[in-house]
Amino acid sequence: MADLERPLSPHLQIYRWHLTMALSILHRATGLVLAAGLLLLTWWLTALARGPEAFAIVRTAIDNPLGGLVLFAFTLAVFYHMANGVRHLVWDLGIGLGKEEAYRSGLFVLSFAGVATLLLWIAILAFGGGPR
Amino acid sequence: MIATGRTGIGRIKASGSARSGAEHWWRQRLTAIANLPLVVWFVVSAVSLSGAGYEEVRAWLGGLFNSTMMVLLVVSLFWHARLGVQVVLEDYVHDRALRLAARLGLDLLAVALAVSCLLAILVVSLGS
Ligand code: HEM
Repeated sequence: MADLERPLSPHLQIYRWHLTMALSILHRATGLVLAAGLLLLTWWLTALARGPEAFAIVRTAIDNPLGGLVLFAFTLAVFYHMANGVRHLVWDLGIGLGKEEAYRSGLFVLSFAGVATLLLWIAILAFGGGPR
Repeated sequence: MIATGRTGIGRIKASGSARSGAEHWWRQRLTAIANLPLVVWFVVSAVSLSGAGYEEVRAWLGGLFNSTMMVLLVVSLFWHARLGVQVVLEDYVHDRALRLAARLGLDLLAVALAVSCLLAILVVSLGS
């Protein structure tokens, strides 16, 4: 391996930049999705305050495959945005700003979001009993 | 009071870019940090409530701890989201009048929704 100094193909630095840029856009996208989710939170809370009939309407809207898919997407967005938010806060402390480190923490955040989402839904299906 | 880092003219006109203010930056971090335990609490609670019926959920939110956490969650989330969406708006809406209108609309919507949530929590915790 005498020639490790030559540029690698694919050009890793450029590829890595792409990943960190995509993650940055994803932070914004998930933030907006979650902000829209506040409408659902408001609907849920006000329905709970209004009574059983209003609450039942929210449940019918959620307790179906499409509603489940939406909730699944929200949990994925929450875990990604939360983990990447911590990444941002750590950056604010001046830690992990190097390209290599940012790439690795980015991969970690992605994996965390994926694994946490899966574990959460396994927990819901196994222990929560799912929609009753 | 936290130092805002705003220039004098910015303080007078208070109409510069939201992200230029250290105050905005600080509040975004503050709410981000507050969101962490609150969102974790909410996600864990939601899992434990999955499949629960009306009475169960009401009893859950009726507890003092849970209603307190929910109030904190609502305040922190709406504040954080409002600051965040504001930054996004300012990145994409360049027309001055439109930007002002968007900002106004966003603020009014955030306050209206947050107050609805807080009153709903109050109603549930008072058990009426
Ligand atoms: C769970 C804990 C959370 C943490 C730790 C967190 C952290 C952060 C941080 C640090 C930023 C600033 C990023 C930057 O400087 O560019 C941010 C932006 C943002 N957050 Fe959160 N956040 C959390 C939850 C949420 C939730 C639940 C919502 C929506 C309801 C949300 C909506 C947003 C939005 C809209 C932005 C602006 C995105 C942008 O400027 O591109 N966040 N968040």
